[in-house]
Amino acid sequence: MGQITMTQALNQALDEAMAEDEGVFCLGEDVGAKQGGGVFKVTSGLTEKYGEHRVRATPISETAIIGAAVGAALAGQRPVAEIMLMNFVGVCMDQIVNHAAKLRFMSGGQTSVPLVIRTTTGVGVGFGGQHSDMLEAWFAHVAGIRVVTPSNAADAKGLLRSAIDSNDPVLFIENILCYGLTSEDPGKGYRVPLGKAAIAREGSDVSLITYGRTVLDALAVAEDLAAEGISVEVVDLRTIAPYDEETVLASVRKTGRAITLHEAVRPYGTGAEMAATIHEKLWGELKAPVLRIGGTFSPVPFATVLEQAWIPTKEEIVAAIRQSVGKV
Amino acid sequence: MSPASAADARLREPVPTDAIDRATLRDIFSRTMKVNRTDEKFRSLLIQGKVAVMYYCVRGQELVSAAAMANLTDDDYVVCTYRGQGEQTAKGIPPELWWAECLGKATGTCKGKGGTMHITYPAKGIMVTTGVVGSGLPIANGLAMASQNNGDGRVTLVSFGDGAANIGGFHEALNMAQLYQLPVVFLCQNNRYGEHTAFADHTDSTCIADRAAGYGMRSMHVDGNDVHQVYNAVKHAVDLARQGKGPTLVEAMCYRMMGHFFGADFSYMPPEHIAEMKAEDPLPKLRKVMLDHQFTKEELDGIVSEIDVEIDAAVEKALAADPPDASELAIDVLESEAG
Repeated sequence: MGQITMTQALNQALDEAMAEDEGVFCLGEDVGAKQGGGVFKVTSGLTEKYGEHRVRATPISETAIIGAAVGAALAGQRPVAEIMLMNFVGVCMDQIVNHAAKLRFMSGGQTSVPLVIRTTTGVGVGFGGQHSDMLEAWFAHVAGIRVVTPSNAADAKGLLRSAIDSNDPVLFIENILCYGLTSEDPGKGYRVPLGKAAIAREGSDVSLITYGRTVLDALAVAEDLAAEGISVEVVDLRTIAPYDEETVLASVRKTGRAITLHEAVRPYGTGAEMAATIHEKLWGELKAPVLRIGGTFSPVPFATVLEQAWIPTKEEIVAAIRQSVGKV
Repeated sequence: MSPASAADARLREPVPTDAIDRATLRDIFSRTMKVNRTDEKFRSLLIQGKVAVMYYCVRGQELVSAAAMANLTDDDYVVCTYRGQGEQTAKGIPPELWWAECLGKATGTCKGKGGTMHITYPAKGIMVTTGVVGSGLPIANGLAMASQNNGDGRVTLVSFGDGAANIGGFHEALNMAQLYQLPVVFLCQNNRYGEHTAFADHTDSTCIADRAAGYGMRSMHVDGNDVHQVYNAVKHAVDLARQGKGPTLVEAMCYRMMGHFFGADFSYMPPEHIAEMKAEDPLPKLRKVMLDHQFTKEELDGIVSEIDVEIDAAVEKALAADPPDASELAIDVLESEAG
């Protein structure tokens, strides 16, 4: 079926979901045809097919966008709301945290909020401090919302379809630097279940647990170290919260060593949560302490040299792996 | 999607002065008294120490919610606030379920997981009760957007106070509702206070309804103690929304007689103003309207007695009901942990 980019994969997922279910509709800033189908073209061509009511280009009003998505979801529709950049979720945090995530519980299960919030972010494109943060830990810390991020085009399609199917609110994070990645087209109706991690590469010495763009770095490092005889297992979480603890623990039980890796800053990150769980549950089986790798604890800088120093580097990952396996 | 004649819509809409038929008047009276007797009962239980929960008293605002709800069907959606007893009761949540929820019982509308500030009852269209000031307006837009997408003719009414008119979400929601011509009625119950801050101390605006003009939206400004004004204004707004003619902001001037939450100190409310506002109490005014329409005192008292009997039974049942099981903590968080 040929290759597709992640942008095309996401577009296909939306297109297929909208074709199958009239209750699926998109809303967000600049998502319509007149506005060019979104800053990153993910919604390109959808207005022409489904009309302006199902691809609503909104004012710059993040609170109103997510509020409307919550309301429409309560009424049984399946809105896919776009928050153009992840840093802007702060503007509509009340709607996400106090409403989308809690209404099922607070209503005693009478209502559900089947909404998807697509958003994008990523370090390495020179956007500076207010357009680059990975803020998944904010949401992972709130009960009632799922947090998902793909690391390749096929997963992007399959995960987005499952997110739209889900009766829970899902925060779907797209990394800007991944939009151009290509995969074999997984075909129509392809789905990747939420809450299931993938073993992106099998290995026996150490488990490198990661998600999103840093999966690419993890795979590259694993390939390099294989030549030295260090066998790295790469776990791609795909769903960050609630994460696939079973797969993570099974991998670490096998290798006896674990490192968590993410682009988000290291302190208080999702890697810390996983590291703590691994220590609690596998203490007697671990051959080394669980290590954490994350971004520098500062705002994301603008200057290229600073930005590259901010983000976890392959050298840093290699060093952590050597430390973990005792081959410093 | 904006109307071509946006300039016309900027005018303040005159409030219709239609007569209200007897059956509707009786219905409004009954709803108003249900709200009032529920409120009285709640306060008496709190004062007697029989219950200890947060309760946001609606004394002084009973008529606004009752006359507004009298215009809606069970299918129409309502979004209200923590001071939502009026809308909830007047829209028809069964008292048994409502009281059980307020007392944190497993038999409540939300299995005791919502409580006084988070009541939901979709069977009567009560979709969200939010404890966050102003948050309901953007959600109401979404409910209305779903109705517009489905073409189901439902109207969404969102009730909020004057304090909510100062959050960003109010402005974003009005702009979006007007842009898309959503079937939504924004009902501002201007009770003269945002928490402990008087209306004049939280804005220099003298009229919230006027803010609609900034978005090209129709508005009406009414005396919330006058049954004809409230009923007719909301009826007009609901009719227009149902006809696909977009949203309306209705501001009903009323008065929150007993402070922010019941039991809290409200010495910041000037006694002379309270006295002035008590003279405008909507309940004796409504009673006078009823008597003027040839309802007898006995008939009105009979309606209230029936309501009291129903409330007393609901309270007894709620007090005796079991609390939710601790296992409920793991239920309704996500649909299923398996995805």
